[in-house]
Parts: sequence; structure tokens; C-alpha cells
Amino acid sequence: MTAVHLHHGRSTLALHLVRDGDGPTLLLLHGLGEHTPAEPPAAAHAWPGPVWGLDFTGHGESTIPGGGGYTAEMLLGDADAALGHLGSATVLGRGLGAYIALLLSGARAAQVAGAVLVDGPGINGGGSGPTGAALARPATDQAGAPDPFALLELARDVRPPDYAMTFVHLALAGSPAADPITVAAMARPDWLVAVRAAPGVVEADAAPALEALAAMHSSG
Amino acid sequence: MPPTDFASAPTDPAFPGAVRPHRRRTIDAHGVAVSMVEWGDESSPPVVFAHGGFDFAETFNVFAPLLAARGWRVVSWDHRGHGHSEWATLYSVEADLRDAMAVLDHVGPAPVPMVGHSKGGAISLHLADAAPHRIRSLVNLDGIPSRSSLPDIAEHERTRMLASEISGWLDHRRSVSNKARRPGTVAELAERRGRMNPRLSPEWLRYLVQVGGREDADGWRWRIDPTLRMGGFGPWRPEWTILRVPALGMPFLAVLGTETEVMGWGTRPADVARHLPPQGRMAVIDGVGHFLHIEAPHAMADLIADFLGAPR
Repeated sequence: MTAVHLHHGRSTLALHLVRDGDGPTLLLLHGLGEHTPAEPPAAAHAWPGPVWGLDFTGHGESTIPGGGGYTAEMLLGDADAALGHLGSATVLGRGLGAYIALLLSGARAAQVAGAVLVDGPGINGGGSGPTGAALARPATDQAGAPDPFALLELARDVRPPDYAMTFVHLALAGSPAADPITVAAMARPDWLVAVRAAPGVVEADAAPALEALAAMHSSG
Repeated sequence: MPPTDFASAPTDPAFPGAVRPHRRRTIDAHGVAVSMVEWGDESSPPVVFAHGGFDFAETFNVFAPLLAARGWRVVSWDHRGHGHSEWATLYSVEADLRDAMAVLDHVGPAPVPMVGHSKGGAISLHLADAAPHRIRSLVNLDGIPSRSSLPDIAEHERTRMLASEISGWLDHRRSVSNKARRPGTVAELAERRGRMNPRLSPEWLRYLVQVGGREDADGWRWRIDPTLRMGGFGPWRPEWTILRVPALGMPFLAVLGTETEVMGWGTRPADVARHLPPQGRMAVIDGVGHFLHIEAPHAMADLIADFLGAPR
């Protein structure tokens, strides 16, 4: 598996070419505590084009920063660095990566040719509002990936449904895909309940959703 | 990447009443080098000051010595990415809270009085909520965000505004990897900052450049991390912060100025008044803007010293 190294602020990010191909680009965003897989996930086996995977800050082969400070918005910046390198992509996000895929599909609507949200670690986040424990430290300062600060902070980041919906509206208004957002996850945290209920968001299994998005590319 | 050469100035710049910190040391806040400062006698009881966003601890150089002269040991720190503290990879409110707690841990286990301005006020408020056993009394200087500070706009316009904020922020993030601050003369940096701080005197702003900047071969630069940017977006709502106020159990003093300005938080006295806990007080200072302790250091020192009581 080859990788390119991208810079986002002081992070150096590993963007892996999981499998090369001829056709539209698929970008994999892993779940909390995970890293880019060595092979495309089953749902993406039939994807015709290149399959890339990004290691978020604090994960895989990307930078492990000191002292934490993780937010979903900073990981959105990580994903945007990958999108900037790839030009445009269909995004398949697992867990935390599903939430980031949603943010990216709204923030860069014209460059994201569909986001497919599947189950994975970190899909819940920290709920819809502030939690009681604003002051938390990881149980260990042990260095290495995944960063204990990432595991702690990105398991508790707040995800208000109306905030998630802002990105849904942006994606629906600006995406080139017929179905800009597909919910394939079974988990239903509040943010995802709201996303699923939005007119224009579809629910489907990941494999047929990706097939349809790939077909959209080949039909022009 | 901490700019640690703070002792490099050949002669200390001068401003009437300003005293640079008597002590400066670096502590390790879970992997980030945080610079702490102190004014006053080392054996005096501590009071902890928290500066605002895009400021640094030495913006207290006039205000802090006035409390030190009343028998307090004033402890402050440069937030991560600010002043002499390390330029971090990541920034968040939660990280700032953890850094602040590392400072309190260094001061000692006994609860301390805390004074926070602007973003430092919000940090102190969250800290007092999360660790009430560590903060004995709390002073907030225009550091309570309120919903009324947001423009009242229709939902579709809010979406459009957010879209430009988001793409603007992401464009900034794509450009920051090798970013450096623009160099200039002391007067130029003072003039630039003056646009954001129009109520502060040119003499004070020129002084600030010399204690908050560094001089390289091509000119002066502010020490603040060049990747930091005003604005931004996120899921946090201002009402979640102001709702920490009625929850406070320690003596609490909120201070607001009557003059609204660009860096101000636009929080109205009525917003704060209806959130005050039973033991809370509010003081509204006529003719003063967001930087209360810089515009009116003596009045603020009197007010806060009176609120805190005798040093103990």
C-alpha cells in the first residue's frame, strides 16, 4: 500500500492508496481509534476507481500531537486536506469518519460526489449537548497511535442535530450526486436520526449505494 | 515549537505603571509547554488571572502589579499558542481547560481566587463549573458570551453565512502549514492591533508589541501561533456557557463596560443579571469598553481587591 503525506497545520497526514483503479475516486474515513484498512471494505469491492484512505491526526501513520485538543472540525480540516489532494471524491465514512464525511459533504459540497455513512467506532460522539465532565484527562499518557487524547475527546464531542443539519442542507444544495447522503448505519444517535429524517437523505446498504454512486460517474 | 527567547530584549520597554512579571517558568501541560508568570512576593497568597483570546499574560503588566501591591501573588499563564507558550497542533476549549488546570495544579491544591478576561473569563467559568473545589471566588471581565451577541437573521441566511465561514476556515486551514506572521515595525504592529482595539492608546499598543512580539532580522512579529484565526465555527452554543453562571456556588463578580466595540462580546447587563446566582454580583462600568483592566486599571484593581477581601 503506497501513501502520500499531506500537511494540515502542524499535522502530517498519511493518505494511503488502498487499491488503484480507473474511474472515480473513493475516499475512506476510518472510525475512532482505527486506521486505514489494508484492503477496501467489502462494500467497496466493486468500486471501479482508486480507493484512498486517510489516517486522521492521532491515528495510524499520521502525526500524534502533544496535549490533545481534538475537535470534529479539526478532523474536517484533515479530510479537506485529502480532498484537496484528490480533487473530488465519493466518501465512505465509518463511525467517527461517518460524522466527518457528513461535515465534509456539506463544507465542500461541490467536490464530494456522495457520502455514505456506515457503523463504526465513534459514531455516537458525546451527545447533543454539553456533558457534565468538561475537564477530562486520558487514563494514560502513553505515546503512540491511536492517541489517548483522541480516544477521549472525540468520544465526547457534542453533535447537536441542528448543527449536523446545517451540513445536510449544504450538501443537498451543492452536491453533484443525485443522492448526496446515504445513511447505511444501523446506529441512530440524535444527530443521525435528524440526518436520516431530512427529505433528500436516503437509507440504503453501503454496497448498492456505492454502486449507484459509481454508476452516476460512468454515465457522466 | 515554542518561542522561548523571551529574555532577548536588550532593554525592557517602558509604559507608565507597567511591570514585567517578576518570575517566568515553563510547565509541561500533558505534552504542551505552557509559560507561567508571577507578580508579587513569592510567599503571598495566590490569585490566578486568565487572559483573553489573541492576548497574552503580559497584557496584565499594569493591572497585575496593582493587585501585587495589595499583598497578592498574581499568577497567570500564556494560553497554548499565545505569548511564550508552545504553538500546539490542536486547539480547543477542552484543551485550554486542561492547560488551565495544569497551572492551578502547579500553584497548589488549595482553592484559589480566579480573574478571567474575555476568553479567559469563559475558561474560568467552565473551570469553576467542572472543578468548583479548586476555585474559591471568581471574577469575570466581559467574558460571558450571550445569545444576543449573535445577529438575528433568518435560518436560510444563517446557513449561507455558515457556508462561507466554513469554506473560509477550511481555505485558511489549507494554507497554514508554513504560515508566518507578517513582520513590521513596532509602530506598524501597534497600528494593526489598534484597528481591533480602537479604545486602547497608541503608547500602550506600542508597549504591547515590545512585550508580546519578537524582533527578527526582517522586523517584529506577534508571538501568537500564526495558524490561529479569529472566528471559526463549531457546535457550541453561547447559551451553554452563560448557563454555567447560575450554577456557580462560589462568590462571583461579573464586570461589564458600557461601551460596545469590535472585540467585545456584546453581552448586555440584563443578560448577565438574570443569570446571576444568589451570591453573585454585577458591576457595570460607565465609559469603558471590552478591555476593562487596561482602560481602567486602578478602578478595576480597587473593585476586585474589595471583592476578594484581604489576601489569604
